[in-house]
Amino acid sequence: MITVDVQHRLGSIELEAQFVSDGGVTALFGRSGAGKTSLVNIICGLIRPDRAHISLDGDILVDTKQRIFVPKHRRRIGYIFQEGRLFPHLTVRQNLLYGWWFTPAAKRFGDVDQVVELLGIGHLLGRRPGLLSGGEKQRVAIGRALLASPKLLLMDEPLASLDDARKDEILPYLERLRDEIRVPIIYVSHSVPEVTRLATTIVVMVNGRIAAAGPTSEVMARLDLTPFADLEAGAVLEAEILSHDESFGLTTLRLGGGELRVPRLDERQLGTKVRVHIRARDVMISTRAPEGLSALNVLRGVVAELGPCDGPILDLRLDCGGEAILARLTRRSVETLGLAEGTPVYAVIKTVGFDRQTLGAAYRRPNAADITTVPI
Amino acid sequence: MPTLTPEEMTAVRLSLRVALWATVASLAPGLLIAMLLSRAKFWGRSILNGIVFLPLVLPPVVTGFILLLLFGRRGPIGAFLADTFGIVFAFRWTGAALASAVMGFPLLVRAMQLSIDAVDRGLEDAASTLGAHPVWVFLTVTLPLMLPGIIAGTILSFARAMGEFGATITFVSNIPGETQTLPSAIYTFTQIPGGEPAAFRLTAIAVAVSMFALLVSEAIGRVVGRRIGVEA
Repeated sequence: MITVDVQHRLGSIELEAQFVSDGGVTALFGRSGAGKTSLVNIICGLIRPDRAHISLDGDILVDTKQRIFVPKHRRRIGYIFQEGRLFPHLTVRQNLLYGWWFTPAAKRFGDVDQVVELLGIGHLLGRRPGLLSGGEKQRVAIGRALLASPKLLLMDEPLASLDDARKDEILPYLERLRDEIRVPIIYVSHSVPEVTRLATTIVVMVNGRIAAAGPTSEVMARLDLTPFADLEAGAVLEAEILSHDESFGLTTLRLGGGELRVPRLDERQLGTKVRVHIRARDVMISTRAPEGLSALNVLRGVVAELGPCDGPILDLRLDCGGEAILARLTRRSVETLGLAEGTPVYAVIKTVGFDRQTLGAAYRRPNAADITTVPI
Repeated sequence: MPTLTPEEMTAVRLSLRVALWATVASLAPGLLIAMLLSRAKFWGRSILNGIVFLPLVLPPVVTGFILLLLFGRRGPIGAFLADTFGIVFAFRWTGAALASAVMGFPLLVRAMQLSIDAVDRGLEDAASTLGAHPVWVFLTVTLPLMLPGIIAGTILSFARAMGEFGATITFVSNIPGETQTLPSAIYTFTQIPGGEPAAFRLTAIAVAVSMFALLVSEAIGRVVGRRIGVEA
């Protein structure tokens, strides 16, 4: 459990942020320059804040009033930097063991073999970082931070310097990290796909301040954040794998409000929970039951809320059998169809709109079999 | 293969000893001052910088004379060191080593400074978030990454010490067997009739030693650079 209350002057903006994280992945989301990186640098001790109270698992890390400032090397906070920052003069194995070596034996958890297996980096151990690909470097950096047995992991845009293929390579590992290791993660990002796939909690930062905070599905379903945070609205839902259709290469998911057909998911058992991000721009609205339509997914619902509209486009939230689904329409369509709160509608969602950025593993709380933070 | 007379051998051996001591004794203070100049902000930084680099621009004779004034038997520092520790510099080979060290120091510090500035501070931050105390960060990250610069600076200052002449002859004179280094011996041979063959032999040795130092420096730099890994 981490409690953060920070006030710090950063050039022209005033950083003023308070939030609490209790396990899972807390995403710090916002445009570049919003103060996200500075905030995590304050948390890990690389920046000395003007005024702050930060505590981690009950231990005070910073309290400017009591003049407490725990130095960065004694905070036990793992930091995964955007550029990896592997030590170029050490091999991958030596990099991995660097923090391990500085951690008192009684405070270590997990072991090298476990972490190497979790991240799939066994074949790299003897190499030097200069010869690794961007994705491999980042996986080693994650392993190195984990082996220092941290009480908290900070990730500062760990995927930002990678191309899409490499991002797809790392994201499943990050999901495993979230679900199999009992270390809370603070994840800095300005990428909606990353945040919707990984975060359990979203903290939206705008100009050094917190504009919104809450569970991922709730924050993503808010219609008022899009204009000033670049947080493109969309529904983040949990669904269950119902069946696979091998002949057409489709998977059917069960949602609260109906069924959803998506491109075939690879290697997932029936009944497995997945997380689906339905982007508002992939959803069409019809007031009558659509016919002769190529889209495979039609959900019935009612309009629950119309977002603010001062331009040609607005977002609306639908209630489809208890699930909130967001749709992005032109103001013209909203008027033509006469949409208002309570209007019964059909939401049409194209199957081909789903891809690896919008489908991922659902969050499950870590259980006893996982790598634990309790010293073994 | 021309053989050396005992006198010439003495000069060569003395030069190597002087240069070796000058270089080895400079390493730790050089590293400290390079770190201070590169990383620390303190009052008098410019003055320290000036003092370190002054021998590079002053005429060597002037440096030698200043050393004589400070470290001579009656000089303030010289007298103190002689009375307290029994260390005497004046007209001893130790004085030649001191003069060589002072002349080579700016080269050593400059090379170290450049290599410190080239070390990515981000790697040091990464090391400290992994639990390393600042001293360990320095020993396990900063120092290894500086290694090519340290080696280059060391060899450069060693070569400079081998060739030091002006400050040495002014400070500790030109006493055969005690302070007559390779350059002093060459100078002496050029001043006496029939001394040219000896001067020539010693010159060949000076060229060989310097060339060898440069080649070794480059080879070590290449090997270490490859070990550290050129980030693609």
